[in-house]
Amino acid sequence: MNWRTFYAMLQRDGHVARRNLLPMLLQNLLQPLLLTFVFGRVLTSSGMMKSEYKSILLPGIMAISMMVSGIQAVAMPLIAELQFTREIEDRLLAPMETQWLAVEKIVAGMIQALVSGLVVIPAAWLTMGSGVRISFDHLPVFAAICLLVALLSAAGGLALGSTVGQTQIGLMYTLVVAPMMMFGCAYYPWSALRFAPVLQYAVLINPLVYASEGLRGALMPEVPHISGLAVVGALAAIDAALLVIGLRQFQRKTVG
Amino acid sequence: MAARGGAFTFSPRDKGRKKAEVVALDGIALEIRAGEIFGLLGPNGAGKSTTIGILTTRTRPTAGRAFIGELDVWREPVAAKLLIGVVPQRPNLDLALTAREILRFHGAYFRQGARERARRSDELLCKFKLTDRADHNVRGFSGGMMQRLSIARAMMHDPQVLFLDEPSAGLDPQTRLLLWDIVREYNRQGKTIVITTHYMDEADELCDRLAIIDHGRIIAEGSPRELKSSIPGGYLIRLKFDRVPEGLLADFQQLPGVTEVRTAAGAGGIDVYAGSGGLLIGPMVGAAQARGAELHDVHIAEPSLETLFLHHTGRSLRD
Repeated sequence: MNWRTFYAMLQRDGHVARRNLLPMLLQNLLQPLLLTFVFGRVLTSSGMMKSEYKSILLPGIMAISMMVSGIQAVAMPLIAELQFTREIEDRLLAPMETQWLAVEKIVAGMIQALVSGLVVIPAAWLTMGSGVRISFDHLPVFAAICLLVALLSAAGGLALGSTVGQTQIGLMYTLVVAPMMMFGCAYYPWSALRFAPVLQYAVLINPLVYASEGLRGALMPEVPHISGLAVVGALAAIDAALLVIGLRQFQRKTVG
Repeated sequence: MAARGGAFTFSPRDKGRKKAEVVALDGIALEIRAGEIFGLLGPNGAGKSTTIGILTTRTRPTAGRAFIGELDVWREPVAAKLLIGVVPQRPNLDLALTAREILRFHGAYFRQGARERARRSDELLCKFKLTDRADHNVRGFSGGMMQRLSIARAMMHDPQVLFLDEPSAGLDPQTRLLLWDIVREYNRQGKTIVITTHYMDEADELCDRLAIIDHGRIIAEGSPRELKSSIPGGYLIRLKFDRVPEGLLADFQQLPGVTEVRTAAGAGGIDVYAGSGGLLIGPMVGAAQARGAELHDVHIAEPSLETLFLHHTGRSLRD
């Protein structure tokens, strides 16, 4: 393993991300903040929703923005580079094993997901105004879950990016990303689905459920949530599976 | 394609003298010496790019092995990648970066220090006449500029072997000459150049030795001069008659200096290989008229790689 090459590639991705910082932040933050404003400000201030809802919404919004930004950061450039521009060829010819290039993509995606997630907290807090009650008493648990969610989004981005074709990007959003967000327990706690037990257990295949519930459990433990241990276990298992699929697909796509 | 069943070696026999060879084991063997400009000449789809792909870690052979120096490309790809520079057929520049950044990041991938990266990138930008556009994003570059930058990038880490896949496709004549000069100069530094092309003149002018490849097989190999002198007769006279009467081929075979006569593709076509060109036309037309055939078209080709390719495959390189 050659760390100098790895680091140079990470620097390249950082350089490109910094150059596109403003559009990237707008892309990743605008939608969650609009949602936060409508659900967390308009509906709660007008009394159509209880003000406690703000605290339930915030971890969910954070989970969504981490998921979207990680997938966006890894999958979108990868789809173009693997199929159309072949830009990635330059790095495939660099003196480093191909698999490590995929790992580098994941690390860069994780950093972007973490930045997006951490920026959303103050931004959403400000948007919603007073009445948000979250606690940072469980910081190590929070940090661990953040890392697992970041890995989830970046490894998911790698798996999608090296599987989905350029013409299927729209389909990917309609079939994968949109239902994942609606049934990801981001806008409501998992316990709210108790009225429909079949649905409640069906959504457990959705990794976003564990991201939302995990962050909710860490930031506001008093709301009923899936146990931390189950969340960590599920996230670790899904991360590992996506990592294996992503690395294998990447290898298959890059070496003819 | 050549990926199947092809085994390539590229091994220096003597490190000091940098002697190396390329052997393709598929009933075919060809030899490349390190420090030479070696050309792979053939029509589109002949297997040239696949051959390059196998030697540069980008296309995994389904069978066989590939060596660069003493390194098995598919067992030690990282070490092999350090020795090679690759200019792909289609520009694949990092579109998120400027020309200067492309070179500097490339240097960083190859573990060069910051000062070395800055020095080499400035040198190469100047050499390839890109200095005034160095800080522009490459998205706005013309095809020729992208191609020049691709070559500069491949040279950035000073590789021992430079692979150029169809480097002059789409270049204007002036840029093509600049490219040839740069390739020759790089070669004078003792580097090995492997170039694929379907341009006869490029193979002829630039290459010390070449292999002519078609349908994934090597059909001829040697220096341009050797290859050209191997064509029977040297001159190729392509004739087209309204019909080919019986005995006409035999008549042509009797003419002085004629070494080979064959029917060519298409009705009424005859290819004649001979030691001279124009002098034979008169007697040929006479012989044809005597047998009641009318000449419709004639073309005389001087000894060239084109006629060599035709001789071996019955097709033109541009077919």
